[in-house]
Amino acid sequence: MSFLTLSISLLFVIIPLVLSKTLNLGLEKDTFIAAVRSIIQLLAVGYVLQFVFNSENMIYIILMVVLMIVAATHNAQRKGSAIKGIIWKLVVTFIFVEILTQAILLGLNITPATAQYIIPISGMVVGNSMVLAILFLNRFTSEIENHQDETELILSLGGTPKQAIHTQLITSIQASTIPTIESQKTIGLVQLPGMMSGQIIAGADPVQAVLFQLLVLFLLLTTAVVTSIMLGYLSYPTLFNHRMQLVGGANQDPE
Amino acid sequence: MTTPGDAIRFDHVDYSVGGIHILKNITGSIPERKITTIVGPSGAGKTTLFKLCNGLQSPDSGEIFIKDRDITRYEPVELRRNVGIALQKATMIKGTVKQNMGLPLKLQGKELEEDRANDLLKTVGLAEVSLQKKAKDLSGGQQQKLSIARTLVNRPDILLLDEITSSLDSVSRQDIEELIEKINNQYGTTILWITHNLQQALSIGNYTWVMMDGELIETGESSFLRNPQNDRVKQFVRGEIE
Repeated sequence: MSFLTLSISLLFVIIPLVLSKTLNLGLEKDTFIAAVRSIIQLLAVGYVLQFVFNSENMIYIILMVVLMIVAATHNAQRKGSAIKGIIWKLVVTFIFVEILTQAILLGLNITPATAQYIIPISGMVVGNSMVLAILFLNRFTSEIENHQDETELILSLGGTPKQAIHTQLITSIQASTIPTIESQKTIGLVQLPGMMSGQIIAGADPVQAVLFQLLVLFLLLTTAVVTSIMLGYLSYPTLFNHRMQLVGGANQDPE
Repeated sequence: MTTPGDAIRFDHVDYSVGGIHILKNITGSIPERKITTIVGPSGAGKTTLFKLCNGLQSPDSGEIFIKDRDITRYEPVELRRNVGIALQKATMIKGTVKQNMGLPLKLQGKELEEDRANDLLKTVGLAEVSLQKKAKDLSGGQQQKLSIARTLVNRPDILLLDEITSSLDSVSRQDIEELIEKINNQYGTTILWITHNLQQALSIGNYTWVMMDGELIETGESSFLRNPQNDRVKQFVRGEIE
C-alpha cells in the first residue's frame, strides 16, 4: 500500500467526523486526535521496526521488548494502586510470561529467533498480558472490597491469609481469564482474527495464516492463565501483615 | 502487672487510624469465667477493642494480656481460636448451615462430625434447623445463633459478642440472652458482650465497662449502672448521650 492509497483511506475518518458534526455527537475532537495519534504512533513504530529488522541486532530486540513491558506496566499499574508494590509485581509477571513463551517458541524451534518473529509475538504476548492484568486487578480489588466481611470472618476463626482470600482470588482469576477462553470458542465463526486477516490481505497462504493464528491463540491461552495466577499469588500476601491482619482500608471503623 | 484470674488485661492501650485516636489509654481487666458487658455510645471504640483482643488489629502502644500472656506472644491462629468473636453482622459464607458451622474446622483441614453439629445446633437453640438448609435462608436471629455456634466450634476460652441482639425482635433477643448465660454456665467461657441495651447489661452482665470517645470511663459490677459516679455516664444512662 502506498501513502497515496493511505491518504484516500482517510475517507474512513472523514465519515465519522461528518456524522458527528451533523448529529451534534461531540465526537469530532476525539476522533481527530485518535486518527492523528494512530498515524504518528504506527508510522513511528513501522520505521523503528524496519530499523530493528534490518540491523538484526539482539540488543535492539531486547530494547523493544523492554519498552513494551515498561508501557504495559505503566498502563496496568493504575488499576492496582491499592496493592502494595504493584509495579514490580507487574514487571516480574510480564517478564516471566515473555521468557516462558519465547523459551518454548525458540527452544522448540517453533519460530525462528529473528526480530521479525520475536517482536510481533512479544507485542501480542505482553499486550495480552497487560489486558489480563488490568482485568484481574480490576476484579481482585473490587472482590477484596466487597468481601471484607468474609475475609475478616475467616481470619477471626483462625484461618490463614491464603484461606481468607482464596475465594476472591479464584473468582478474580476465573473472571479475568474467561473472556480469552470464551472468545477462542467462537473464533473464525463470528470474525477472523486480526493477525490472520492481515496476513491474508498481505498475500499469505490462508492455511499458513491459520496455522500462525492458532499458534498465537494457544500462546495467548498460556499468557492469560499464567498472568492472572502469577499476579494473584504475588499480590495477595501484601494485603496482610506479619500478624495476619488485613491491612489497608479494611479496618477503619471508628466503632 | 497482671492480676491472676484475669481473662484479659489492657495496660495503657492506644489505637488510632488515619490520625483518628480510636482508643485512648485503655487500662483495665476482664475477669475470667464471668460475663462482662461493654456499653457506650456509637464511636466509643468498642468493636475496635474486640478486634484487638482477637488479633484482627494491633494496638499502637500499650500491652494486652490474654490469660497472663502478652498477646504478641501468641501465634495469630492460636490466639483467634482461643478468643472467638461473633460480630453484629453475622456474616455467612455461601453454603449450608453445616458448611458454615464446620468452617473453623475446615480451616484446620478437619471435618465437623454430624453429631457434634447437631449438638451445637441444640445448644444455640436451632435444633429444628436442618444442617442442609442454606445459611442465607435463615432469619436474622437464626443467623446470629449460627454465628455463635460457629465460633463455639473452636471451643474458645473467651467469647467476644459484638451487638449480636441489636437487630433482633424481643423473642430472639431473649433466646440469645439465655444462650449467653448457658454458654457461660455450661462451658465456663469468659464472655465479653457489647450491647446498647442497658437492661441487658444489668440483668446478664456480672461486670460492665462504660466506654466513651475511646476512653474507659467507669467500670465495676454491673449494678453500678443504677447509680453511676461519673457525670457523663449518668447522662448516658439517662439516655442523653447516644
